[in-house]
Amino acid sequence: MKYKSVFDIIGPVMIGPSSSHTAGAARIGRIARSLFGREPKKAVITFYGSFAKTYKGHGTDVAIVGGILDFDTSDERIIKALEFAKNDGIVISIKEDEALTDHPNTARIHLSDEKGEMELVGISIGGGKVEIVELNGYKLRLTGVNPALLVVHQDTFGVIASVTNALTKHEVNIGYMEVYRQDKGKEALMIIEVDQNLSEKIVQEVSKLEHVIKVIEIHD
Amino acid sequence: MFRNVAELVELAESKNMLISEIMIQQEVSVKGRSREAIIEQMSHNLEVMEKAVERGINEEVKSHSGLTGGDAVLLQKYIKSGKSLAGDLLMDAVSKAVATNEVNAAMGTICATPTAGSAGVVPGTLFALKNKLNPTREQMVRYLFTSGAFGFVVANNASISGAAGGCQAEVGSATGMAAAAIVELAGGTPSQSAEAMAIALKNMLGLVCDPVAGLVEVPCVKRNAMGAANAIVAADMALAGVTSRIPCDEVIDAMYKIGQSMPTALKETALGGLAATPTGRELEAKIFGVSLDEEK
Repeated sequence: MKYKSVFDIIGPVMIGPSSSHTAGAARIGRIARSLFGREPKKAVITFYGSFAKTYKGHGTDVAIVGGILDFDTSDERIIKALEFAKNDGIVISIKEDEALTDHPNTARIHLSDEKGEMELVGISIGGGKVEIVELNGYKLRLTGVNPALLVVHQDTFGVIASVTNALTKHEVNIGYMEVYRQDKGKEALMIIEVDQNLSEKIVQEVSKLEHVIKVIEIHD
Repeated sequence: MFRNVAELVELAESKNMLISEIMIQQEVSVKGRSREAIIEQMSHNLEVMEKAVERGINEEVKSHSGLTGGDAVLLQKYIKSGKSLAGDLLMDAVSKAVATNEVNAAMGTICATPTAGSAGVVPGTLFALKNKLNPTREQMVRYLFTSGAFGFVVANNASISGAAGGCQAEVGSATGMAAAAIVELAGGTPSQSAEAMAIALKNMLGLVCDPVAGLVEVPCVKRNAMGAANAIVAADMALAGVTSRIPCDEVIDAMYKIGQSMPTALKETALGGLAATPTGRELEAKIFGVSLDEEK
């Protein structure tokens, strides 16, 4: 079953005109913001496929910037997102790319400030549902529908068990989990979708575990 | 969890419950949220729909591209003139479906039902029927759960995306969903809802997604109007006792297969259908400065 909730069908409440090109874009932007963890100073957005062809008419650029500003799909401030970004001093650049992608509605978002940078690729799969398919070079699958914990860690034995043990201790149920690594023994990434939003305490505890490099939490 | 319309109807009949109730209970069990929270969220969606309809029939909203806007107001004036041939209820549903989609095209706030491009049919029919059937607020919220239950089956067994299955998957799905919900609101049985869904969807099969300039405006706004009219007629037929010779689940399966065999040019790419007509291309060039076709 691809869809589990009635609100995937009756919803989301959103600023028009397109659930894929507007609401989906806003959600991709908001996930990027959430993963970056703060408001960026600079955002470079690259559109591919149908996004590249029709973003002006659909307001996809405006929606994605709204998401980066942490606006929800129904937040009316989305319409003036470019102005809000300008007022906050965020430098936005929009690019169109001819490259072929697996999905027609694809966007790449690069966020940065003096403290760091992050890049992700998101796809809008219809009805406002989105997936993150790449994060800092890792190919992955993240829907952003459920709360999730992203753990960047050293690829070595026992790390996965120690993270899941910590979640067990706090009675957190794992709904879905995947592990990605670029090379054996190097840096790896765990994506753990959980049933409820996690407390700061749990996130702190996981980030202090041995071989864990960085922990990012996504609220639903 | 129900996987198809037959199971949904069977559940409702064996438990002697409304379809909307089955949907509410499933949501409670799948998402682990309280019944109150779920009803509250759907009530909020209803409010959003109501505001969009009100705005669309009272204001002459204009889309960014200039392609759509103002038709819902025209239709309301026409209804008030008393000259409507199809009848006030039907035309009211049509105008309210158009209203919602004009607001959507103008970057207004709407509730995707099941998508933004097809958001007009379900609220259009509901707010037109409100004057005739005088439903309680609870019954209006239930209308959305019933629509959602049928849309849930289509989404999981076929598609609710124009890019994947053509316009039959968007306005077609919305039309079937509305037809089923109208039946419940009018006091029909769960199996009559299924018949209405089947009859409505059968008449939207093969509908291509061919948005001019790739925007969900032309022909989408007017297709929502036709979807609303189609839904009311299908519901009336089912309430009269007419049944679909092809069962609802088989219609949904046919829709899926038609979507699969539809060429890419007719699935939201703006490469075929109305988008590829001389006027479609001209409008596209006017909006984007260049035709998408020439660019390739």
